[in-house]
Amino acid sequence: MTLVLNRIDDRLIHGQVVVGWGQPLDVRFILLVDDGVAASEWEQELYRMGAPPEMDVYFLNVSAAIDELPRYRADSRHGILLTGDIGTMRRLVEEAGISTINLGGIHHRAGRTQRLRYVFLNEDEETALRELAARGVAITAQDVPGARPIPLDDILSGVAR
Amino acid sequence: MSDGQSAGGAKVEARAIVAGHGDFASGLVSAVDVITGRGAQLIPVAVPGLCAEDIEKLIRERMVESGVKVIFTDLQAGSCTMAARRILRGADDAVLIAGVNLPTLLDFVFAEQMAPVDAARHSAERGRAAITVAGAAGGVKHA
Repeated sequence: MTLVLNRIDDRLIHGQVVVGWGQPLDVRFILLVDDGVAASEWEQELYRMGAPPEMDVYFLNVSAAIDELPRYRADSRHGILLTGDIGTMRRLVEEAGISTINLGGIHHRAGRTQRLRYVFLNEDEETALRELAARGVAITAQDVPGARPIPLDDILSGVAR
Repeated sequence: MSDGQSAGGAKVEARAIVAGHGDFASGLVSAVDVITGRGAQLIPVAVPGLCAEDIEKLIRERMVESGVKVIFTDLQAGSCTMAARRILRGADDAVLIAGVNLPTLLDFVFAEQMAPVDAARHSAERGRAAITVAGAAGGVKHA
């Protein structure tokens, strides 16, 4: 399995992903799963410009990702699976067998409560994460590799703040 | 455009936004001011804890408030750069310089005789040329 990180990050491709994780993990491709981006050539070009030349970026909508994930898992290169929201990752857990989740950046928005410096969640999102954890998915928050991975229980209980 | 104040107290017109990770922007603008006293030409923007939409909104608001047409950002892949690209989509009177360094901004703040967009393009070339490598290979090389 060569998807070395399954990350939820609402900024999608940005410095922490490309440089912070990309360099130490020798990441050679990003699988960006987002229905909106997959439908827009302009958005794809925007994100492609953010990646270095040696890093491929593949854009898939959720349905296509569910079908094609086995092919990307079989890729000999290291890759990052990236979604911009919990709902998208939840579908990949339920229909494509994702078993670990990195909460990398879910930022402030109306209705959300701050849980960490870079994680804000509303009630529905918290419920969704609890349900995923109950299915056996290992969920931690970690913005960059040098930071301590924070377990979901610590995030939601407030211990980690 | 909005007015800032130089280290010497004179009114200075803001000419560009500087945006990036952490305290990159304020640090770089501070350095420009220490060296030249012209830091007030630059509006530093930090974006801690903001989602992509809010970063775009913040930078757009600073542009509207100040009237500037130049954005300097720190990293090609950075969130501020992504936001700036969205803001400048279809705009032919504004410019984004990604990968800014101190020599770039020093050149920019002294190019007051040029239109800000032209000064930004010029300063990008100067900033690129200002990176040098010195060490074991001998001599000094431009990167």
